[in-house]
Amino acid sequence: MRDAIARHVRDGDTVVIEGFTHLICFAAAHEIIRQKRRDLTLARLTPDLIYDQMIAAGCARKLVFSWAGNPGAGSLHAFRRAVEKGTPALELEEYSHFGMVARFCAGAARLPFWPLRDYMGTDLPVANPRIKSVNCPYTGETLATVPALNPDVTIVHAQRCDADGNAQIWGLLGVQREAAFASERVIVVAEELVDASVVRADPNRTIIPGMIVNAVVIEPWGAHPSYAQGYYDRDNDFYIGWEPISRDPAATDAYLREFVFGVRDRAEYMAKQPELSARLKARRQMAAGVNYGY
Amino acid sequence: MTAVAARELRDGEVVFVGIGLPNLACNLARATHAPNLVLIYESGAVGAVPERLPVSIGDPALVTGALMVCGMADVFQYFLQNGRIEVGFLGGAQVDRYGNINTTVIGDYAAPKVRLPGSGGAAEIAIHARRTLIITRASKRVLPERVDFITSPGQRAKGKSRRELGMPGAGPVKIITDLGVLEANAESGEMELAALYPSVTLDAMRAAVGWPLVARATIAALAAPAARELTLLRDVLDPHRRYLSGAA
Repeated sequence: MRDAIARHVRDGDTVVIEGFTHLICFAAAHEIIRQKRRDLTLARLTPDLIYDQMIAAGCARKLVFSWAGNPGAGSLHAFRRAVEKGTPALELEEYSHFGMVARFCAGAARLPFWPLRDYMGTDLPVANPRIKSVNCPYTGETLATVPALNPDVTIVHAQRCDADGNAQIWGLLGVQREAAFASERVIVVAEELVDASVVRADPNRTIIPGMIVNAVVIEPWGAHPSYAQGYYDRDNDFYIGWEPISRDPAATDAYLREFVFGVRDRAEYMAKQPELSARLKARRQMAAGVNYGY
Repeated sequence: MTAVAARELRDGEVVFVGIGLPNLACNLARATHAPNLVLIYESGAVGAVPERLPVSIGDPALVTGALMVCGMADVFQYFLQNGRIEVGFLGGAQVDRYGNINTTVIGDYAAPKVRLPGSGGAAEIAIHARRTLIITRASKRVLPERVDFITSPGQRAKGKSRRELGMPGAGPVKIITDLGVLEANAESGEMELAALYPSVTLDAMRAAVGWPLVARATIAALAAPAARELTLLRDVLDPHRRYLSGAA
């Protein structure tokens, strides 16, 4: 992880660590924080705790997003402090979920924009002039447009991949695929390394092809407190517990000191919290294989 | 409130589910009169049958046993924009006279007094769902004459009707609150009082709304939740009271 981040994440980059609730690579974010990256433009549909932590740690200059809350728990307070008080200063570029999805679709397809039937009657285009419109050349209908998003680096967390970075993902897919294809550089982080034959036995499950991947990291529990379907549950207690930590800047700093700066890597982070594994490890619910023969 | 919202759903309908009270209402409906309700979550779970109450709309329990799991590009383009979602459920920090919802900022966008989470999928849900139900507590703070920022458009925005603005869905047809239910007037687009809980007076309802509330000629009496509905809500669906408070 240390080498992958050192090599592929630079100050000032537009960084995407996606995963819609599922497969969010906190391990990568923590390494970026440890390596003290600065002036990043962070993009995700939901900042989630991961960008709240990176904002608190001073990594971010700008946030591109569509929903900045902590569901069922409260707010992302580092984000709110930045926006309400300017501590630290944070530029915002705000869309809706569909807008962010469409930005990644355009980016992945190497088109300059994506059209969508959206935003009429809302104040979002007023707040964000990058939301524009176009008249359909065929029907004359006015459609909203959002500009393509092409990140400098996207970090994808997957359940398994082979040594070439052919990554297989199941469960909620979010926009990981689109973000990866849109990106200049891709780091795949996986729970498990498997042989290429395992990947080839079930090619429909391959979401990220190794040909677009720059680095492969094997990091079990790399998504905690987020989850990996089939490996471990979401740590809902942690997400709910983040509300009082995030609300108090001193408590946020103490958390970062102990669990981010105070550990060398994710393995040490997990060794520090031995009860996590027992509490969150997934139960078995296997799907029967299918016949790919002909 | 949750029980009233649940009753709005018809068996077999395709519902886009948000977290919180909408999630509870949908799961209550599925457990009572609408066992064939199709739950779609914007995270990509289609036909979800969660065994535990999801804390978020991306909970792993939404995937296990679902009919289909797709990427979000498919959910928004092929399900929502394609017109396949029959009911959208939304909540909001502020909802105004025409059902416009604000989940973005209290105050000025550039220097907000309170920065709220933002749209998420709400803007497009309000535009595309064949009809939208809004569920929120009633108070003057929550129901102002005009919202500070229109995140999700209602029946009239910026002086124009939904049709004039080119929105395909019917938009918010009801606002379900803990005091009563407002319904959209088909012509004016204004939210009018259509039903009250038996314990709530018309004056109390008016005092909780930030515009001169029009009351319909006949105000229906809302039935209190049945014992079975309450048991399901309090003991099965939300035993830790994450989302329920006094008003079920």
